[in-house]
Amino acid sequence: MRDITKVFGTVKANNKVNLDIYRGEILSLLGENGSGKTTLMNMLSGIYYPDGGEVYINGELAAIHSPKEAFGYGIGMIHQHFKLVDVFTATENIILGLKEEGKLDLKKAAEKIRQICDTYGFDIDPDQKIYNMSVSQKQTVEIVKVLYRGADILILDEPTAVLTPQETEKLFAVLRNMKAAGKTVVIITHKLHEVMAISDRVAVLRKGEFVGEMITAETNEQEMTNMMVGRVVSLNIDRPEPVDPKPRIKIENLTVKSQDGILKLDDVSFTANSGEILGIAGISGCGQKELLEAIAGLQPVENGTIKYIDNDGEADELIGKDPLQIAAMGVALSFVPEDRLGMGLVGNMDLTDNMMLRSFRKGKSVFTDRKTPKALAERVVDELEVSTSSLSTPVRKLSGGNVQKVLVGREIASAPTVLLSAYAVRGLDINSSYTIYDLLNQQKKKGVAVVYVGEDLDVLMELSDRILVLCGGKVSGIVDGRTADKNQIGLMMTKLGGGADNE
Amino acid sequence: MFDLVAFIPRAVMQGMPLLFGCTGETISEKAGSLNLGIPGVMYVGGICGVIGSFLYEQACEGPLNPFLAIFIPMASCLMGSLLMGLLFSVLTVTLRANQNVVGLAMTTFGVGFGNFFGGSLIKLTGGAVPSIALSETSRFFSKHLAIADSLGWFGKIFLSYGFLTYLAIAIAIITAYVLKKTRTGLQLRAVGENPATADAAGINVNKYKYCAICIGCMIAGLGGLFYVMDYASGVWSNDAFGDRGWLAIALVIFTLWKPNFAIFGAIIFGGLYILHLFLPSGNMAVKELYKMLPYIVTIIVLIFTSVRKRREDQPPESLGLPYFREDR
Repeated sequence: MRDITKVFGTVKANNKVNLDIYRGEILSLLGENGSGKTTLMNMLSGIYYPDGGEVYINGELAAIHSPKEAFGYGIGMIHQHFKLVDVFTATENIILGLKEEGKLDLKKAAEKIRQICDTYGFDIDPDQKIYNMSVSQKQTVEIVKVLYRGADILILDEPTAVLTPQETEKLFAVLRNMKAAGKTVVIITHKLHEVMAISDRVAVLRKGEFVGEMITAETNEQEMTNMMVGRVVSLNIDRPEPVDPKPRIKIENLTVKSQDGILKLDDVSFTANSGEILGIAGISGCGQKELLEAIAGLQPVENGTIKYIDNDGEADELIGKDPLQIAAMGVALSFVPEDRLGMGLVGNMDLTDNMMLRSFRKGKSVFTDRKTPKALAERVVDELEVSTSSLSTPVRKLSGGNVQKVLVGREIASAPTVLLSAYAVRGLDINSSYTIYDLLNQQKKKGVAVVYVGEDLDVLMELSDRILVLCGGKVSGIVDGRTADKNQIGLMMTKLGGGADNE
Repeated sequence: MFDLVAFIPRAVMQGMPLLFGCTGETISEKAGSLNLGIPGVMYVGGICGVIGSFLYEQACEGPLNPFLAIFIPMASCLMGSLLMGLLFSVLTVTLRANQNVVGLAMTTFGVGFGNFFGGSLIKLTGGAVPSIALSETSRFFSKHLAIADSLGWFGKIFLSYGFLTYLAIAIAIITAYVLKKTRTGLQLRAVGENPATADAAGINVNKYKYCAICIGCMIAGLGGLFYVMDYASGVWSNDAFGDRGWLAIALVIFTLWKPNFAIFGAIIFGGLYILHLFLPSGNMAVKELYKMLPYIVTIIVLIFTSVRKRREDQPPESLGLPYFREDR
């Protein structure tokens, strides 16, 4: 790729990027949020067309106008958000859009898919419907889809963001198989240890520009981070000692059923202490969301008690209170759902208005007070380095990472005594993630009970004082963050109690 | 005594316009376009057929040529509905206007269009009654096989209809097959479920939407033609078509987006629609209650499917949503 430039409106997403990808290698593409990694790869896979520059494939000039043409060049991309039709089977999804000769023959296609699975060691059922699949199975379908089309160059956009450590390991094994079969893999990621584990070379982008590339074996995490951020960054997450930990939230035998009557939380008991960060680990959909929502009063509870214990040691039952009352007691929920705008922020409203969502009830007159939220918005933008053109930009137009900063910033500003935070750093780059960790630590020092639901086990282990592991809605165990072992937690996530027998 | 042999053919006759409309709407909805303009399209289809055959009957001296008598109304009906389909496609697919608003506007427009030209033609004929009778043309449309009369109840129930009835059933079966078993159908459904996925798979989303909407409209338009030429024996009077277009849209939900179910669904709806004629009932109010039956049945089906929550029975996921590739 030579001098690739892509402009969105006035923003240069990619500016004169030169990148070489060699046959039979695994290349990591590293960069902060909004550094243009995905945009660059989208141009290779035909989603976008570059505004300037040229792409050469095997030495020949190639113009890739559509995903179909990209397949023609043997390029296939696995997107961060899966592009699958839920009500179709794996086979139907895989052959979608293909122009094969003759009648549609699903049986033959399924047979070919089984062959591919056997070759590379995948484990999926071609006749299973997508909506019945787990995240990692869906990802597998995406990869098989690309292979089915005979792709030689696979691009994976943050493939491990949604996987457990075991699933990640499995994926990496498959990727190594592919490399052995002579295929090229490009993997976009934020996670440095994964770069070290899987790739041969690493290329770094910063603010849309190419900053350099390295042989993975000859570099280290610190060097990569510095290159990515453009200055020296400390990679260690602080973990101050808990300040005067006292039980703040005490949960006993909590059982929650979803609207369809499916058991989401089963007999969960634990205590969250003030001045402490309680990490919650688990495969996505194991009841993390329901747990936080139950505490915040958004989820009807089947059974059990949730006690809020204030500074004087007086306990108060939270169940049966509405979210407003709970919030008034100082319980703040900052939940970053998959759809970042779905909960907490209103996409079409600007920053100031979104800040007001929390405070508009405090006004005394019929008119709302816009000055305080505006000042708050300014502070959040300033402190968390939110990149926005102005305070009156609709939140919808900000990039994902910036949206999250606004949300977390607002929740912290309400000076809570309990901060519930889920996936606060999902999709954030290293630099912004560390800003968020710092914020959480500051809250902890102030004596706030922080409940942090996270995906990245490494971070959970570095940040939290204690880690609660959920598995299928049950508490699999609580481990000390300082002494925990990653593999053990991983096992606990997939199996109640971690299980001694190996499967 | 309930006269089944008389009831079923009438139910079928009532059901066929609904079947045309329903098949057309299903194709359109499977591609993610909720075309609420279908009632208007059926109206336009009907009046265009009327205009075509009116002009032909006027121009023709002596007996009508059977081929032309059928071909001209059909071609004008298809033309009219195609134009309506193109209008809907341009507005909702290319310009990404709100489908509900455009659909409702098109229904209002279609009904007005039909009544305007219907009224004009009525004036031209200068008759005493406010309707146009094209009984000559209608004879060709409603002509059934001679053998039907000699087969007793069997002939009456299965063979006593004009060719458009069999066309409707054939179209429904073919549509069901295409949607379910062919590559085109798979891709069409993908467009309606998740256009971004379809796009990434190299499917031309807009082309599929345009084709689905236009073909859907043309099929629906035939429903209007059937109503005037066969059911109403060639008599056009303003507003006679009534709310059958809406019933067709309700039928789509009732049959869970499956055109092969729609054949029976249409006949059931048709039967419910005229049930009041066959049941001993006293006053007008009770009759109107009977006429509500199809809608009540649809509501019951909706409740039933949303309680059961089977993913296959839900509407296409991106139904009613516009698609723009670079929208983030």
